[in-house]
Amino acid sequence: MKALTFAAGFLTATAAVAQQETLTVYAPDYFVSEWGPGPRIEELFEARCDCDLQFLPGDVLPRILLEGDRTEADVVIGLNTDVTQQARESGLFAPHRVDLAPLTLPIDWTDDVFLPFNYSHTAFVYATTRLNDAPDSFDALLNAPDDLRIVIQDPRSSISGLAMALWVHAIYGDEAQAAWEQLAPKIVTVTRGWSESYGLFTDGEADMVLSYTTSPAYHIIAEDDTTKKAAIFPEGHYFMVELAAKLAGTDQPELAQDFMDFILSEDFQSMIATGNWSFPAALPRDQWPEGFQQLDMPETVLFYSEEEAAALRDEAIEAWRQGLSR
Amino acid sequence: MAARPVALTAAPTTARIATLSAAGILAALTLGPIAAVLWRAGGLGAVTPADLDALRFTLVQAALSAGFSCALAVPVARALARRRFVGRGALVALMGAPFILPVIVAVMGLIALFGQAGLVNGALSALGLPKIDIYGLHGVVVAHVFFNLPLAVRILLQGWLDLPAERFRLAASLRLTPWAIFSQLEWPLLRRLMPGAFAVFFVICLTSFAVALTLGGGPRATTVELAIYQAMRFEFDLSHAATLALIQLALALVAGWVALRLSRGAGLGTGLDRLPLRWDGQGPAARLTDSAWIAVAGAFLLVPLALVVARGVPGLVLLGADTWRAAGHSLGVALASTVLCLAWALPLARPRGALLSLAAIAISPLVLGTGLFVILRPFVNPFTLALPVTALVNALMALPFALRIITPAAESTRADYARLAATLRLTRGAWLRLVLLPRLRRPLGFAAGLTAALAMGDLGVIALFADPQRATLPLQVYRLMGSYQMEAAAGASLLLLILSFGLFVLFDRGGRVRASA
Repeated sequence: MKALTFAAGFLTATAAVAQQETLTVYAPDYFVSEWGPGPRIEELFEARCDCDLQFLPGDVLPRILLEGDRTEADVVIGLNTDVTQQARESGLFAPHRVDLAPLTLPIDWTDDVFLPFNYSHTAFVYATTRLNDAPDSFDALLNAPDDLRIVIQDPRSSISGLAMALWVHAIYGDEAQAAWEQLAPKIVTVTRGWSESYGLFTDGEADMVLSYTTSPAYHIIAEDDTTKKAAIFPEGHYFMVELAAKLAGTDQPELAQDFMDFILSEDFQSMIATGNWSFPAALPRDQWPEGFQQLDMPETVLFYSEEEAAALRDEAIEAWRQGLSR
Repeated sequence: MAARPVALTAAPTTARIATLSAAGILAALTLGPIAAVLWRAGGLGAVTPADLDALRFTLVQAALSAGFSCALAVPVARALARRRFVGRGALVALMGAPFILPVIVAVMGLIALFGQAGLVNGALSALGLPKIDIYGLHGVVVAHVFFNLPLAVRILLQGWLDLPAERFRLAASLRLTPWAIFSQLEWPLLRRLMPGAFAVFFVICLTSFAVALTLGGGPRATTVELAIYQAMRFEFDLSHAATLALIQLALALVAGWVALRLSRGAGLGTGLDRLPLRWDGQGPAARLTDSAWIAVAGAFLLVPLALVVARGVPGLVLLGADTWRAAGHSLGVALASTVLCLAWALPLARPRGALLSLAAIAISPLVLGTGLFVILRPFVNPFTLALPVTALVNALMALPFALRIITPAAESTRADYARLAATLRLTRGAWLRLVLLPRLRRPLGFAAGLTAALAMGDLGVIALFADPQRATLPLQVYRLMGSYQMEAAAGASLLLLILSFGLFVLFDRGGRVRASA
């Protein structure tokens, strides 16, 4: 009898807990630290949904592909177009059903599965205190004296490194390998990820670091430091957009849809600039935080669709590998 | 002299069962995940020309790194064994720290010393000399020596201190020349310890990834582990990843087998456990060389550490609740790993066990993590197991090092005392309590310290499993760096260094009962 009562109590208790539904969102690691956008997204969304939003950080795409249709994720956030083809082909994702009219991206976006939430462009960031005459074009960078020290990321292990390989390919095409050969003597080293490169740059080990056009905004807003600049090149900058998507097999279809709708809402969009240090995907420029409005913007935006990126990836990486192996 | 351990008549079966089950668990934990990944992938993949380039570079850098670590350890360990000076104990302990540093922290420390804007280049350009460039194969080797030299020195030093004091007494009364001391006392010791140490360093360098990439300076320095990472993360080509992981494993086992074959040579017999006092090497030349070795090795190992500390101090105040919670998790993981690892190592402390354990560090952490994920996923939510799995895997990863430290002493204890124990009909419990454990106390303490510290610093598998509530400190360092918090990351790294080193010293001290060791 006692056991039964206990069981009944236990069941009621779990039911009470279960009343608050849980939305599980897979996100990259940098998202969930106390300094990333995760905690603010969670706070804002939970205020709207009366639910429990749980971020599970890690390697989003490999994990989803590994789990297949048994994944617990309802939504994933933090994918990038250069790797979405495999994600799309897995058939794990459902259309986002969000009106794309509010988007303010510099390119047209019509994808019905992957929804952009912020963007930036690849760029070389430097400190005006350490580098007086930064190269003002990609050509100038290639022809810069060899004592210019730059640090980049490996396209085989880093999404920004891959974007750079595609960037060089977009500008130099068949001459990409030659461009890499010209760049080679200036490259101090190639790191696994963005963090290591940026650490080397802030430590003064390199004059320029492969980063984003939005990186200076962090220094302006968080550190009140206006000496960090992104060098803007007339040849154009490679567009990098971060995406969210809804799982087809989600057991919380309504909450997942609410979350997708929330992504382009003003609440989310006005927070994401300083949350993730990127341009909001659906917010007019005059509503960006002050520090972002000050940023130098590229006039030409280079971009490969996911099919193009997937088709060119091996070639672009090989040009990088051959060019730097000489 | 026949050094083969004589089988104990008292209860050999329980010992054998313990050894076999420890070995079985080890084999299952290393082969199981690869098999799971292969199963999930549906078969092996092809090896590309780029893979062969990576393989070639990996072998070259691992052989050079292991070779230099071992070769340089000989004069340094000998100098430390022969010299007595104020602060020697602290120096020996501190010199062990690089081995337990998280990779990213150590690399940043090395770059602060040898990098373009580092201290060395600062001094060189102040003197009007050309700058040195740390990036390249030599940079990779320097970094690996930085990591592994401390352990190599400690393994040798341990061996030197375990030489019976009576042998040196005899050598002194016979007025043996330094060369005779070397060839009669020290060379057999090196023959016994070095092949195994070389194999461990070779294998650990085989799986190097972030170090090789950051200091290698570009795609020429591509390792097999990077190819695995690429296959796993970017191409989601599991069969390619598993194929490369198997190649890595095969290389490690060959290296281990060769080491086992080479590692012959008897122990030097028993003594009365007196403090090893040395009468040799007291001439001015020997003093000078020893001091120079100690100074150079000390500077090489300690200056980057000091730079890590200096970089980290301002960041300590920036640490938030997340970081402190992560530190708590890491401490728990470290202690659990230590207990697991020692319980695992004791029955395996035999030459073949050491060979088998090499498999643990030869497996790409990425493949190991993915394999465990595939195995666990149908039964439990892997996220809830993040910390126990990390503790288990860290114990596994530390096992080869623990065994390398414990096995020589365990073997010679068995060789030297098994007959006596058999004559006295010691029970298994009495053998453990009265003979084996007291004799292993110092290596056990050292192994425990090492395991705890390694488990604090290892990122390994957690990246696949962790959720925000269960991050460990190294993961937190990466997260901070990923959010532009370079200063806080430096602070968190320092905290990690303090905690790792604290645990290491605590255990290591506990094991050192003989004060002057």
